[in-house]
Amino acid sequence: MENALVITDLEKRYAGGTEALKGVSLTVPSGELFALLGPNGAGKTTLIGIITGLVTKTGGKVGVFDIDIEKEPERARAMIGLCGQEINFDPWMKPLDVLVNQAGYYGIPRSVALPRARKLLADLGLAEKNDQIGWRLSGGMKRRLMIARALIHSPKFLILDEPTAGVDVELRRSMWDYLTTLTKGGITILLTTHYLEEAERLAKRVAIINKGEIVANGTMEDILALHDGTAHASGYGGGKLEEVFVQLTSGSTSSSRAT
Amino acid sequence: MYPEKQFISFYTILRKGIVRILRIWPQTLLPSVVTSVLYFAVFGTILGSRIGELDGVPYILFVVPGLVMLAVITNSYIDVATTFFVAKFFSRNIDEILVSPTPPSVIIAGFIASGIIRGMLIGVLVIIVSSFFALPSIAHPFVVLLFLFLSSLVFALAGLINGIYAKSFDGVSIVPTFVLTPLVYLGGVFYSIHSLPPLWQTASLFNPIFYLINGFCYGFLGRSDVSLLKQ
Repeated sequence: MENALVITDLEKRYAGGTEALKGVSLTVPSGELFALLGPNGAGKTTLIGIITGLVTKTGGKVGVFDIDIEKEPERARAMIGLCGQEINFDPWMKPLDVLVNQAGYYGIPRSVALPRARKLLADLGLAEKNDQIGWRLSGGMKRRLMIARALIHSPKFLILDEPTAGVDVELRRSMWDYLTTLTKGGITILLTTHYLEEAERLAKRVAIINKGEIVANGTMEDILALHDGTAHASGYGGGKLEEVFVQLTSGSTSSSRAT
Repeated sequence: MYPEKQFISFYTILRKGIVRILRIWPQTLLPSVVTSVLYFAVFGTILGSRIGELDGVPYILFVVPGLVMLAVITNSYIDVATTFFVAKFFSRNIDEILVSPTPPSVIIAGFIASGIIRGMLIGVLVIIVSSFFALPSIAHPFVVLLFLFLSSLVFALAGLINGIYAKSFDGVSIVPTFVLTPLVYLGGVFYSIHSLPPLWQTASLFNPIFYLINGFCYGFLGRSDVSLLKQ
């Protein structure tokens, strides 16, 4: 099976000395939804930043569909769509303009981008909001516009950094359906989320990162099998994945599990 | 990225910049026009009528090139500095360009082109405004255009450097307020350096903006304090 993403011994040390990533290795097979989980500050966003070219790595290799992001950054970036954690489109622009402009940055002419943008807005339930400027959209609409923007250049590899944060349950479920449709269409998705039931429901494979290291990596079944059968000390009974997540990230575990 | 795709990307960045300039025209275009009207009214008409001529040129005509250059320099600088800074720190939408295959050279060209357009547009508007007070004859139109373009280019680039490294809004406004504006005022907008004591005449020669104003002056009036080609 072709791999969408191959990361080898990835390291990132910030100027202040903080080690955000300590030799991370990860493989994401193409056509799947892969969940990357971890607590705040674990290194997920840094990892995504490196893949997309927003952050410079200090060591290791990253390949997107066998293209080295360092040697051929433009080719690699053309294959990636990013929906970042923060809402960061121009708030004074209308949704259609946000998408057409984004297509322009990928060298797609307006004549091609316009119908594509209209279809994406319709698919994501934003067709009615064409004439409304970005900052007037609701939180959920802004999130959907972010996803549409990430898809406007028809990427093969979509990175979603907490796309459902702050989104109501109904909308979240409709976004899950949309993501499932995308993977069925052949798009590989790397998803980070704090909603573990979301990962449990959508992802075939999952990796858990903690303090800059991968502490578990495998199929969902492999990861769930790490559950030791005990309830969390607090007495709160979350889903199985949540219990595994807490087990692996609350201690100082650093060895990779379930490879 | 193929050249035709690079051009589409460049055009997208430029188009976005121009749309922004026109959308918020009360912030981007109007202030310089209003300030220029006040300068022409106070320095040109009211004080100028008492001063008469300077180096054989009516005072109101003498100040036109300098005031145009003041507007061009500050606007091309501020446009790129603030646009980039806001995109980097506040809306953070610079990321949407940085994650794309657009090469850095095209990103820079797009931002700079937007700054040049604003600088030159403001220059033309101030020239139009000046014509209501005194119709300036343009001795060397090509020189005027060349200095309009080059000044906008240089200060748009400087603004981009400022926008990239600024860590707060103060960092963006410090240079125009405390460096550019004083250097323009001391560059001979309102006086000829021949009217200064020898020490200050020499000091003026170290002011780079003095040469821009004089080049522009030469284009407009056919005279300048220094030769364009040799010292």
